[in-house]
This record gives sequence, structure tokens and C-alpha cells, in this order.
Amino acid sequence: MTARVGVVTFPGSLDDGDAARAVRIAGAEPVRLWHGDPELYGVEAVVLPGGFSYGDYLRCGAIARFAPVMETIVDAAGGGLPVLGICNGFQILCEAHLLPGALTRNQHLHFRNRDQMLRIESAGTAWTNAFQAGQQVLIPVKNGEGCYVADRATLDELEGEGRVVARYVGGNPNGSMRDIAAITNPAGNVVGIMPHPEHAVEALTGPSLDGLGFFTSVLKHLVGTPA
Amino acid sequence: MTTHPDPAVRETPGALPGVPAEPRAATVVPQAGPVDGGRHAEPAPADEWAHGVDTVPRAGGTPEELQPYAELGLRDDEYDRIRHILGRRPTQAELAMYSIMWSEHCSYKSSKVHLRQFGEKAPPSDRLLAGIGENAGVVQVSDELAVTFKVESHNHPSFVEPYQGAATGVGGIVRDILAMGARPVAVMDPLRFGAADHPDTARVLTGVVAGVAGYGNCLGLPNIGGELVFDPCYQGNPLLNALCLGVLPVDRLQNKAAAGPGNVVVLMGAKTGRDGIGGVSVLASATFDDSSEQRRPSVQVGDPFTEKLLIEACLELYDGQLVVGIQDLGGAGLTCALTETAAAAGTGMRVSLERVPLREPSMDPHEILASESQERMLLVVAPDKLDAVLKTAEKWGVLATAIGEVTAPAPDGQPGRLVITWRDHVVVDVPPGSLVDDGPVYARPMREPADLILLQADRAETLPRPVDPEALRATVLRMISSPNLCDKTWVTEQYDRYVLGNTVLAQPEDSGVIRIDERTGLGVALSVDGNGRYARLDPYHGTKLALAEAYRNVAVTGAKPIAVTNCLNFGSPEDPGVMWQFAEAVRGLADGCAELGIPVTGGNVSFYNQTGAAAIHPTPVVGVLGVLDNVEDRVPMGFVPRSGGDHDQLFLLGETHTELSGSEWAWVTHEHLGGVPPQVDLARERVLADLIAEAARVGHLTSAHDLSDGGLAQSLVESCLRRGVAARIAVPERFAGGSMPFVFLFSESAGRVLVSVPRGHEKAFTALCAERGVSWDLIGVTDPAGDALEVHGQFQIGLDELRTAWSSTLPQLFGGPEATQAVQAPAAVTTPSAAAVKEPVVPATEAAAVTPTDAEPIVAAGPAPTAEVEQAPPAEPAGPDAGDTERPAAPDKR
Repeated sequence: MTARVGVVTFPGSLDDGDAARAVRIAGAEPVRLWHGDPELYGVEAVVLPGGFSYGDYLRCGAIARFAPVMETIVDAAGGGLPVLGICNGFQILCEAHLLPGALTRNQHLHFRNRDQMLRIESAGTAWTNAFQAGQQVLIPVKNGEGCYVADRATLDELEGEGRVVARYVGGNPNGSMRDIAAITNPAGNVVGIMPHPEHAVEALTGPSLDGLGFFTSVLKHLVGTPA
Repeated sequence: MTTHPDPAVRETPGALPGVPAEPRAATVVPQAGPVDGGRHAEPAPADEWAHGVDTVPRAGGTPEELQPYAELGLRDDEYDRIRHILGRRPTQAELAMYSIMWSEHCSYKSSKVHLRQFGEKAPPSDRLLAGIGENAGVVQVSDELAVTFKVESHNHPSFVEPYQGAATGVGGIVRDILAMGARPVAVMDPLRFGAADHPDTARVLTGVVAGVAGYGNCLGLPNIGGELVFDPCYQGNPLLNALCLGVLPVDRLQNKAAAGPGNVVVLMGAKTGRDGIGGVSVLASATFDDSSEQRRPSVQVGDPFTEKLLIEACLELYDGQLVVGIQDLGGAGLTCALTETAAAAGTGMRVSLERVPLREPSMDPHEILASESQERMLLVVAPDKLDAVLKTAEKWGVLATAIGEVTAPAPDGQPGRLVITWRDHVVVDVPPGSLVDDGPVYARPMREPADLILLQADRAETLPRPVDPEALRATVLRMISSPNLCDKTWVTEQYDRYVLGNTVLAQPEDSGVIRIDERTGLGVALSVDGNGRYARLDPYHGTKLALAEAYRNVAVTGAKPIAVTNCLNFGSPEDPGVMWQFAEAVRGLADGCAELGIPVTGGNVSFYNQTGAAAIHPTPVVGVLGVLDNVEDRVPMGFVPRSGGDHDQLFLLGETHTELSGSEWAWVTHEHLGGVPPQVDLARERVLADLIAEAARVGHLTSAHDLSDGGLAQSLVESCLRRGVAARIAVPERFAGGSMPFVFLFSESAGRVLVSVPRGHEKAFTALCAERGVSWDLIGVTDPAGDALEVHGQFQIGLDELRTAWSSTLPQLFGGPEATQAVQAPAAVTTPSAAAVKEPVVPATEAAAVTPTDAEPIVAAGPAPTAEVEQAPPAEPAGPDAGDTERPAAPDKR
């Protein structure tokens, strides 16, 4: 039985089709979810894709957080539903307080798109168990507001609990504190990542196939987790 | 459709059309809904138009009233013609409409007589589903799919307000593509600015790039290529051209005809405001002078989020077959959309202007008609589909408002009339075709510029050339670090090239390649090219050269070129010299397309790119689209690293002559522009393209890179640096001695391509060349184990040194304080080693921030240039040394 993975479309979502493609290539069935519909249609995991939900107005992710579908997702995440927020999805997860900290304007003030090396710091999450800790992967990064910030206590806590999931290596593209590219919640089922693994799933269009691991991870996780 | 709940008549005066009235303070009045009550008690400022709303009956009764037609850019005879058409003086609203529709920008009145050649000389094509005159040309590429593409200018607004000018330039061309029934899937941005080191260039360039990025990224459209050219001639007139590509199922093609009397006219998208009144139409139709700084308010303001919703809403309407006709609102706003849709169908229309949702309730009829507020589409909808349309709009959160209905043509077969009411008063009653099709057409006087003959006599082939290896080496480094030839990453990494997941090739490749069918791998390749210097020296051949370059850039990916778009950027058409340049350019493009057997499917003309008496170089920008049956077969531009250290053989295809006039070398090293541009032979270009397509198909090629600005040297450097693969080159015998090695490396002869051929394929490949009659030279090999570009017997330059020289220039010019910061900050750079790396992370190079214009510019920079900056190096996580005020790390700078 193929796993069903939901991909939410908010007004202004852009990489939703790409996330759905990545889910499909990983071997699961993508299920498109609509921001205004609180129903999750029995999906076993959810991806919040990249883009500019609600035009990034007010603050990135600040409005999307109040979408009807997010209320359901926040509840379900508390119950262990794997949730991956990519870029704008990461911002939404922070705004929804599923993850600590915030994503702010890139330090150099420019949108930046490049192929970025990451080091996987934690392979213990629902979305990274297909990797080895310490493994380096090449994933496109593209954002204008990807600078991860949090107070020192929070950063220390993230580090101490092994909740920094990935770090930028070979250059920090946006000024994120401690080079943080991805973090997780204490349970490891909710992951926010600034770079775009869904753009590294095909040799034809991506810089590598390294992004696929995030999507196969959740399938592994689901097999190991009795529904 | 012609009644509305609030017939209040506003007796307050308006303002001069085209001149925004005194801003009224109370612009925050919320609107109750799509139909605005619109009562306004506050008095408006009195001026010469203090007569209340100028209705048609009133115009009939006051024939002698003076009208500011001259200020609106209409000539005496044009004004007389309007009076003749209407049989009375125009109302204020009508005058505004005629003035913008008959402006150069909308009517093509100076260019029309020349542009006809594109149709007359076009080769027959059974692929063309829609051509010139539509919002964009549509070309069929498979049984089920068609693509549409077009390039447009937004030059003047981008000088006045670079960010919004560029952003709305992108937004405008995207709506053109959308209006054809297509999903926009990619954009490109040919950009031209003044001298790279001029202080104002930093203002314009950074704003324009941010605007292109801000709008395109937020729409979710990958930016797959473009141009970045610097030349002092563009100092006061930068060129922002924007191209959009769209894909549609063949049966989803839309048209703009407002057919079917009784059908409802719906305005969908953003509310209408005062922005852009007289914006593109008037701005683009008058030469800049010192007052242009004050025209800022007439530049439109973009909201890409609304456009994104508009795109999704429109596509859903198309798929539900809910619209009869559709037209985007761009230059000339509602005026253009209403008149063009009605004229296309021969119908009339009744429109209740007070139904238009307004940002500013105090707007007058002529302002509503002239507003160029962005993100709006006009739909023609059957009455029984109206509910479904409004529901779809609501789903996507965009405003949709029925503002009128289509009316029947006259019983005698004459086209219908466009009747526009404002609170039950008729303010416009015109034959729509008179605005669209019956505008003035001028055969402007033309004369070859008097200086041309002297210019052409001053040939760059007589300039002193480097003759010894040391000078040649220095020239290579100087050339690749010059603003026009250097690495453009500083610009292009501000653009999202990944979104939608179908980008197979993007800048800096020769063409952008987009997969349009995931099932079959069908894709298209697109390139845009222009060379103002060539066109200045010879507009006819210069335009053919631009066409040849774009065509070749498409061909080197293995694609088959099938269609052409163009953006013709010129000075004032009232200058006979400029008009001659324009006519020659159009003739060159039309002839060239006929020779290549591919049609022009659409385009755009931008005149008045002129400050005072100084016009820009004539700058025809040509876009060529090609088809790849399977994008897996695309050929990249860069040398390919091979496992086991295998060499590929490097062949130079085509003939190299001593052609230096108009070249990048002449400009960079001698600030020289003169002589005649390189010869162009389109029959040979065609043979070359066929050869490459065939060689790509059978797997003879691992890379192919076009030769153009900067000649072979530039192509070699770019091919090496793309994936960090070294190469060893031998200068062919006939280029030995004296300055001939220089000619070999820097001549800009057209019709040449650098290809790499894997071992075992060379015999078959050269046999194919011989069979097709393409001349070739075996010039060297790739050197995967090496780390330098070596030209045997001449020089050797390390790839690191090349990369430093190539990629330092733009960050130094435009990087701001980051660049200097980076110089002081050593850190590690990891270069990914995975074979899958398409675009290796290049070591950033600001560390070598020395002026790259000296003969030996870079070598002193020290080892392994890096630019990683970390204020708090996080080598040990949770390090306590960051202090209480931990701050974000400084991003690395490139």
C-alpha cells in the first residue's frame, strides 16, 4: 500500500507541484491539500511547500499560519504526524510555533539561489533517517528571508538535544545563526528546512539526487510506525 | 447590465487627463463591494477643466471648447481626425483614450509600415497557431501542446523607478502569455545599462535586478537566461526587456475577441488606481528630459501575489471553458482592452464605468480608462457562465466584477460602438476600431546617419594587437574580467531558476531549456541576443547577427529553432537617422528569418530611447525558440569531467577571419567602435545548426558552446569554468606568427561553435562535418586531470586564476559593503565532488579584490581565494564564545 503524503497549497505557494513530484518519485502518492479546507483526507504525512504564501505580506508565513488546514496540521503534528516545511513552509512552522525561532531577511538583503552543500547533523528525524549523520548533501537554496535566528538559549537547546537537522557548509548563503539550515521539534516528526530538497530529485533538473532522501525517509518512518 | 444602483452624478471637476490631480487625502475610503457607491462631497481643485463630467451630449453642445490635445501628444491633424471620426469634439474621456491608443507605444504609428515585412516575408509555417497582432505568437510543438513566447520592453519606467519599472515589465509580459491560454513557465531578462562604473548604474542595475527577481520569483517562474550588457550609450536609457514563455494544450488557445452580443464583460484582478496613468503610454512616447524625475508617480506599481492568483484563476477558467474571450490590461489599461476586444469581434460594448472597483474612489472617468494599474484581465463571459466565473475568482481570492456587456454590430453590418457610461451619463461613444486600427500611420523620413560612413571607415582591424604570449595572456584575463564578459552570477543568483522543476538548462548556458512534457521529455530551448555595437555599425547586418547568434545559441543545445520574437529598442523615430536604423534593422530581421525559414511570431518596438540628441545604439534584441524532442538529449555548454581522466577532443566549427570591428576586444582595450561588423551567412548558420542537431542526436557531442562576444578565448574560458575542467589548446598552423594567435582567440567571426567530442567519435563526427560542408579544426583536448587552460606555445592560466578574474567584477562593482568585508575574512570553501554536480560551488573571489584591468591583475591574490565570512565560526556547536548578543552569521559573499 502506497503511503499518502499531503502537499498543501496556500495562495502564493510555488513549489507545491515540485513537492508533489518529489513525493511521487520517492514512491508515495501525493495528495493535494487546500489551505481553506481543514480536512487532511487521511494523509500520513504533510509537506508545506515553498513559495510566497499570501504574498509574504505582514511577515513570511504569518498569515498562512491561520489557514484552516493549519489548525488541523498543528493538532495532528502534536499527535506525531510527520510534517516537513520547506522554505516558506519552514517559515510557517515557526509562525505556528511548531518550531522555535524565526526566519528573517538574508543578511546581504538579496534573494539568493545557488546549489548549496549541507551537512546532515541529525539522521534521527522522520525526514532524515535515510541519511547518515555527518553526510554532506547538495541541495538548491533559494530564498530572500532564510536567515535563521533564535535566542541563545534556544540555539543551545537545539544543539544540545540534537535538533539541528542540517547546517550549511562551504558558505552560509543567508547569515543563519550557527549556519543552521534545518531544525526539528523534540519528537523529530516536524522538520523545517530552508533549502529545497524537492529540487534535487531528478538528474535532469537538479544539481544532485540528494533531496530524494528526505522523502524516502518519511516512507521508511511510516513503515516503522504502525498507523 | 447597464443599470446600477447608484445613479449619483458627480458634479465635481476632474483634472487634466494624464496629469494626476492633486492627491486627495481621503483615499482610504473603503469600498463596499464591486459596485462602488462613489459619492464624493469634497470639492476638487479647480482648473481649466472645471466643467464637471464631460459627457457626449455636452461635447456635442460645446464644439469650440479648447482641449489639451497637444499636451497629450496628439498633433493638430490627429486631433482633427478624431473630430472627423466622431462628428464632434471628443469628450475628455474620449480624448484621453485616443491620445493613448494613438501614441507611438500603442499604435506603432511610426513602425507599422516597416513591421509589415515580418508577415510579407515570413516563410510558410504550419506550426503557427497565432501570430503577429495577437497578445503573443503561439507555435505548435506536438500534437497536443503549443508554446507561446514574446519579449517586451519596459525601458523608460525602469530608468525612472528601477524596481517597479522592472517588476511590472515582467508582470506585463506574463499577462500577455496568460491571455493566450498558456501557463507561464519561464522568464528571461535581456538587460542593458550604462557604463558599469558610472555611479547611476549601481542605482538602476540593483533596482532593476531586484525588481525582476522580486516579481518573477514571487510568481514562481524560473528565470532561465537573458543578457547583461553595459555601454555608455544606455546611461540615461537603460533597457529592460522581458521575455515570457508559456505552454498550453492546443485546444486551450484563447483569443481576445469580444464575440457574442449579450455576453458579459468582466474585469478581474486588482482594483484600479491612479498608478500608471499616462505611465507607459505617455512616458514611452516622449523623449526624456530633466523633468522625468518628476514622473515617478506615473510608473505602475506591481503586486506579484495578485498576479499569481490571477494566473491560477485564469487557468481554471480556461480549463472549465468558462470564457469566450480574454485580454490582459497593460499599456493603456482598460481603454486598450475594451477597444481591442470589441474591435477584434466587430461588436460593440456598453460599459458602466462606475462598476470598476477603485483603489481611489475619487477617480474620474478618464483616469479609470487610462489607469495602468497592474494585475488585471478583461474577460468576456456567456451570461450562464458568469456565476461559475465569479466563483472561481472567489476561490482564488481575486476580485471579479461585471462591468458591461457586448452589444451587436449595427444592422447594416457596420461594427458596433463602444459606449461607456459614468453614473448614467454617456461619457464615451466611439467606434472601437477607430482607436485600434484607424490610428495614424507615418512613413517617417529616413536618412542614413551622416557619420556612418566615417564610422565604418575607422576599422578596428587597424588597431594595435597583442603579439607576444605575455600580452596575450594579459589580454585574456583583462577581457574575461570586463563587465560584459565577466561572470553574471551576482545578478542571476538573485533569480529562482529551479521553481516548477522543469529547468533543464539555465544561465549561463547558451540557451534556457525547459521541459514542457514530463511524460515524453519534450522541451523547448530559448535564447535572446542583441549587439548594439554591431547594429550601430550596420543595422541591417547587425540585426542579422543578433538573429544568427540567438539561432546558434538554440542550436548548440541540440534543439531545432522554429520561431522568432523580437524587441526593437531605438532612439526617436522623429530623427531620420534613427528611423533609417530602424528600417534597416527590420529589413534585416525579416530577410534573416526568411533565409533561416523561421517566422517572426510577435514582438515589440520601443522608440524614444534617447536623452536629448543622444540616442542609444540601435538595439534589436532577438529571441529564438527551438524544440527538443527529448530534453535528455540536450547538449550543455561546459566541458565535462570524465571518470578515468578521459580526454574529449575539442573542435572549432566554422571559419575564423580577421574580424575585430565592433568587437568586445576593440571596445574594452581601445574604447573603439568603428568599421563593419563580422560577415553573417545565414545559410551556413542553418547548415551548422542541422549538423549540431544531428551530432547531438547520435551522441557525438559532450558539450557545445557558441562563439560570440570575446571570441574563442571567452568560449574556452566559460567552457572550462562551467564545471572546472581544464583544457589544452594548440593554435592551428595558419594562425601561427605575429598577431595571428590573437586573431584566432579574439576574432568575433560569426557562425562558429566550440564542441567537445568523446574519443571514438571523432572520425564519425568529422565525416559528418565533411558531408555537411562545415569546416572544422581540431584545436585541442580537455584535460580533466589538469588545472589550467593552456594555449600551447603561448600561455597557461590556472583555472583558479581564471575564475578569480572572471567572477570578481560584478561583486566589486555592485556588491556593496559585503564585498569589502569578504576580503578580510578567510575561511574554508568546500567544493562538492559529486559527479552529479551540474554547477559546482565556485570559490568566491572577493579575496582577490584587486582591479582586474591591469595586465597582470590577479596573481598577487594569494592562494585559494575564498570569501566565507563568519563572525562566530561555529566549528564547535554550542560554543560559548558567541556572547549574549549572538548575531546571525554573515553570509558568504559572491
